[in-house]
Amino acid sequence: MAERVDVRKTYKLYIGGKFPRSESGRSYEVYAAPTRAGASPKFLANASQGSRKDARDAVTAARGAQAGWAGATAYNRGQVLYRVAEVMEGRRAQFVEEVRASEGVSPSKADSLVSQAIDRWVWYAGWSDKLPQVLGGLNPVAGPFFNISAPEPSGVVAVLAPQESSLLGLVSVIAPAIVTGNSVVVVSSKERPLPAITLSECLATSDVPGGVVNIVTGDAVEIAPWLASHRDVNGIDLTGAAGLQGEAWGEWERAAADTLKRVIRPGGAGAAAIEPDWSVEPGLQRMSTFLETKTVWHPKGR
Amino acid sequence: MPTFEYAPAPESRAVVDVDSTYGLFINGDWVDGRGTAFKTVNPATEEVLADIHEASPDDVDLAVKAARTAYTRVWSRMSGADRGKYLFRIARILQERAREFAVLETLDNGKPIKETRDVDIPLAAAHFFYHAGWADKLSYAGYGPDPRPHGVVGQIIPWNFPLLMLAWKVAPALATGNTVVLKPAETTPLTALLFAQVCQQAELPPGVVNIVTGAGDTGQAIVDHPGIDKIAFTGSTGVGKMIARSIAGTRKKATLELGGKGANIVFDDAPIDQTVEGIVRGIFFNQGHVCCAGSRLLVQETVADEVVRRLQRRLSTLRVGDPLDKNTDVGAINSRAQLDRITSLVDAGEAEGAERWDNGCALPQKGFWFRPTLFSGVTQTHRIAQEEIFGPVLSVLTFRTPQEAVAKANNTPYGLSAGIWTDKGSRILWMADQLKAGVVWANTFNQFDPTSPFGGYKESGYGREGGRHGLEAYLKGSI
Repeated sequence: MAERVDVRKTYKLYIGGKFPRSESGRSYEVYAAPTRAGASPKFLANASQGSRKDARDAVTAARGAQAGWAGATAYNRGQVLYRVAEVMEGRRAQFVEEVRASEGVSPSKADSLVSQAIDRWVWYAGWSDKLPQVLGGLNPVAGPFFNISAPEPSGVVAVLAPQESSLLGLVSVIAPAIVTGNSVVVVSSKERPLPAITLSECLATSDVPGGVVNIVTGDAVEIAPWLASHRDVNGIDLTGAAGLQGEAWGEWERAAADTLKRVIRPGGAGAAAIEPDWSVEPGLQRMSTFLETKTVWHPKGR
Repeated sequence: MPTFEYAPAPESRAVVDVDSTYGLFINGDWVDGRGTAFKTVNPATEEVLADIHEASPDDVDLAVKAARTAYTRVWSRMSGADRGKYLFRIARILQERAREFAVLETLDNGKPIKETRDVDIPLAAAHFFYHAGWADKLSYAGYGPDPRPHGVVGQIIPWNFPLLMLAWKVAPALATGNTVVLKPAETTPLTALLFAQVCQQAELPPGVVNIVTGAGDTGQAIVDHPGIDKIAFTGSTGVGKMIARSIAGTRKKATLELGGKGANIVFDDAPIDQTVEGIVRGIFFNQGHVCCAGSRLLVQETVADEVVRRLQRRLSTLRVGDPLDKNTDVGAINSRAQLDRITSLVDAGEAEGAERWDNGCALPQKGFWFRPTLFSGVTQTHRIAQEEIFGPVLSVLTFRTPQEAVAKANNTPYGLSAGIWTDKGSRILWMADQLKAGVVWANTFNQFDPTSPFGGYKESGYGREGGRHGLEAYLKGSI
């Protein structure tokens, strides 16, 4: 019997809850990571090559969704994000295959990376209704005042997703930004975008409102300068600069300074950018960088 | 009704000895600066108070090296308990010499003695006392079991609250184990230089606190110095952006406390007398030289006329003049340059069609002065509704619904402070949630406390100062 001709997927962007092609009409070829030297690269897909205009559309979508997402109860945001993990678990086989092909790791290693990614997502989901108590609280001022501090999201955050870790690294930069009520515009790994696209399908079929997460596949070197200088972006995570051909994270940080964006620098020391070890428990920094502390005073009296 | 005249009640200058010349305080000693010396004047009289040495880049280098040596050899090795004791000593000396500091601050800055005496100096001492207690409790602060300092911190502070801003910067830096190179503003260096004497009296190890004087060039030398691990800056948004650009692509950290255009929002059910007092405190405190000033008054339309009328009556009773007089409410503008900036923005307000009113008070012949001023008929596009004036000038706008008040309040690239005046509790909490501002004062304004984190959203900067939150910026690593 002849082998069945499979139905292949068209890989597109994820903006405002929809899956458009790049407005530029461009796509680029994505290959599997070579598993041995000299092997001819295996074609995986034509991914959409996102443009400056796509990134701007994504910022508009993110801004439109942010207030509603931040205004949802923390319990609700936690449940919605937990739902994402449930859907990821259901798509485990697809993620394992894509991580294996993208990163050139063994099936068992890919399986472990997917497990860690789902567990990381669950870890962050649980923070939604705990972080305000951990980071905020009553301040004992010297006067007859009620005074309380609590964290609030910064707003719209641009995220350069890591180049190497296509799923674990990806969720480790998206989940901390959104669990607190920010919305994000993510530029995926350039060479390894497929898990990001599949994640966007999980987000679309969970209850994450459209526009809270927007994913643009393509080259961060092309797109990052526009996000760094965008006047309606409040923060930028430059983690994905590490390992990117032609990256200029110092330039991007300089552009971000014009609107005083909150910045996560890439890992490493000095000018060198190194991708972090995603296997360790991350701490709170990736959440707290994109949070603002608001302090409210009120007099006490009879 | 009988009217009562005020008799002058000047505070004595005799409590302060101002030297004719001040050098730089580096490694526990006074050294000569190699830049071009400048003068600091009393803005109320234009009298020259002292010649101040300017720190050249080489002097900054000397100060950074002294701070580094003190950090590696002494301060980072000392127990938290001992660091804390030095800070307690400093707090106590500031309290003991409070009157001297208050008079000196008033002379150099121009602000009323009742403010330096009751606000600036006591709060500065309180900041040291508060942070002293943190020094041996950092492992309980929520930043990991063994949080580490950055090393050498460069601190650049403004002229509006000279000693208080020094305290906001130096106290948390020292409590967390960092050493400091601090530059006071060029128009108000004297209390920082007197603070150097406090460090000597407290026998703080040499090099832990270094004070270099100068203007923008000296500040830039600190920011660019490769031996600086972290910058803490309070000042204008323009300079804050320059600093953020300067350190981009490096591993230097920064906290930036920048400008503001705070909205003070008055609803029709607000207790009117209390509200008028709060509005006055919000914008005429410290001549309006306050980054978190309530410089935009948003009044609900139904009470706008009454609020403006009562405000005008209240402003007419403000006493403007000799800052050393204990009756004075509004002192001198800090410098001619600042007076020029205020004047040009106020002129722009008139030119753009807003209605200008001032209290018509007599002003001294010498010195830099500006009458408490109020603009009505201001719209959101007017420069006086958008730009920080940093002077005793209030812009009045109106609104009809809470949603409109929020939209107008948030319609600014700044996000430092906001005020809400209403008797309705649920509305206060709803408004507080909506306002994009780091500090929200409800039925009060311009309250400060060492335990209460301060800092802005958006282009008002990043990082917080004060409270447990303020320690984060001075500690390394993951939380």
